[in-house]
Amino acid sequence: MNAAYKPALHLYAVFTAIATFLLLVAGALVTSNEAGLAVPDWPLSYGSLFPPMVGGIFYEHGHRLVATFVGLLTVGLAVALLFVEPRRWVRRLGLVALAAVVAQGILGYLTVKFLLPPAVSVAHASLAQIFFCITVALAIFTGRWWQSEVPQVQDTGSPRLQTLALAAVAATFLQLVSGAAFRHNAFGIVPHLIGAAVVLLLIILAGRAMRIRFPDARLLRRSGAMLHALVGTQLLLGAAAWYSRVASRGMQQTPDSTIWLTVIHTVFGALVLAGTVVLALVAHRVVRHERDEKERGGELEFVGAPIGKGPGHLASSARLPLGSGKAQS
Amino acid sequence: MRFRLSFACMALACAVVLGGCGKKEKEDEGAAAPANAPAATPVDSASAGSVSGTVKFEGAAPKPARLKTEADPYCAKMHTSAPLTSEEAVVGAGGALANVVVYVKTGLENRTFETSKNAVELNQEGCEYKPHVIAVQTNQPVTIINSDDTTHNIHPTPANNPDWNKSQGPKAEKITQSFAREEIAIPVKCNIHGWMKSYIAVFKHPYFKVTGKDGTFDLQNLPAGDYTLGAWHEKYGKSEQKVTVGAKEAKKVDFVFKAS
Repeated sequence: MNAAYKPALHLYAVFTAIATFLLLVAGALVTSNEAGLAVPDWPLSYGSLFPPMVGGIFYEHGHRLVATFVGLLTVGLAVALLFVEPRRWVRRLGLVALAAVVAQGILGYLTVKFLLPPAVSVAHASLAQIFFCITVALAIFTGRWWQSEVPQVQDTGSPRLQTLALAAVAATFLQLVSGAAFRHNAFGIVPHLIGAAVVLLLIILAGRAMRIRFPDARLLRRSGAMLHALVGTQLLLGAAAWYSRVASRGMQQTPDSTIWLTVIHTVFGALVLAGTVVLALVAHRVVRHERDEKERGGELEFVGAPIGKGPGHLASSARLPLGSGKAQS
Repeated sequence: MRFRLSFACMALACAVVLGGCGKKEKEDEGAAAPANAPAATPVDSASAGSVSGTVKFEGAAPKPARLKTEADPYCAKMHTSAPLTSEEAVVGAGGALANVVVYVKTGLENRTFETSKNAVELNQEGCEYKPHVIAVQTNQPVTIINSDDTTHNIHPTPANNPDWNKSQGPKAEKITQSFAREEIAIPVKCNIHGWMKSYIAVFKHPYFKVTGKDGTFDLQNLPAGDYTLGAWHEKYGKSEQKVTVGAKEAKKVDFVFKAS
């Protein structure tokens, strides 16, 4: 274990990520209940910090309260990282999180000010996903596992697992943007359906690569299985949410089932995106490609903790011979 | 270099977002009432005709859904004895369909009409809009009343007119608004009470009616000519019929809607 691991900081980062997930739930509830304009002023609600929490005001003001809490948590995290974190790139990521949460607040104001213009609403929803992924990444980077010596595996296949994982992150993010655009009436459903097919294909390819190339790498296998489960559930949720939405079209009051299905589908999308980010980070941390090793002289040297220069730079190392796709420890 | 690229991306994103907002502002400016509206074309009442009729629903009348008002204790209390029900399809005796806007769709293009100065009221009472559907002329005042002891917000979501969103406290002062462009029909909602929905149809001319529970309509003082009559319902969509009205002629036209 590396001395840089700070349990309190890690717990704080994990708590921030969980609070951010709850913020996503609160935001999705605002959209599904069409409560985004239940409070016409900003940042106060009806000129007060505590307006009557009835109907749509409960969702909109509740969202603002949770957002304020997460904003304060993020300030605390960024400051804590500045003071106690030795890795410069992690400190910088903390500042990026802080910038993102400030930008998110400004976008929230613009949605109220300009009466939910689709471009701003979609930007607000998309930045929320990015911010959530940053908090998840910070929770991982401050964790014991990331800063410990971990077994390495060698990737001899093509495309690289890292490439597949990054493609899955990008495709899932775009899929969430298209979902937000559909939800905020900027686009129709077609781009979202195409996006679902692309994400599914990439997840299948990544899962297949992990199963064939790294049969003994338990962590990778688990990450792949988790991602498959998330995507499969998300597809079912998407179909259910769509059916429910079509069935309730024209109704004066949106049924609770439609509201909750769309909320769960939205936040599950965030979990899928976070899952792809986790996979990309795990792949980055434990998988080495044959080409990299040749460039480095044919020996593995990636078993230590990344300190000081960047997520790919490792302070300590153990020289291991090249393997043939099996886990090495 | 990387910093410059990031900065350029952020600037581009800001420009896109603010550009979108700016467009909305311009639309708002464009919706102002015309300063020099052309003089109204006179209608000779002595030779004018009329069109009347009934709008009916064919098939089994849909059962109104119970609306859940528990999100606001005040609203729930208002409906403890008689629960609030949806008005998306109100079918009366003999299949008469209420809340249908019947209007002249074509045939009046060469005429202009004076805007009525009589305000049409839209009341928020018992946590529902009364009436559920109203129709007005362009720039005709719409007076919004809150008779409830709870706050409402009035948020029309038009396609051709500017958006606005105003809150109105318990029994607060009336709000008067108007719409500068023709639009059939503008959805109006209360974002605090998600079940509260209403529609405002806006016409350039005065030949329109909203059917009541008896499903009838009556368009009086219509100049002789060939017309297309339109009928709009929030759930069952649109229907239209051709009609020729002679001088002093009283035509009968009926519309029938079916569940889609």
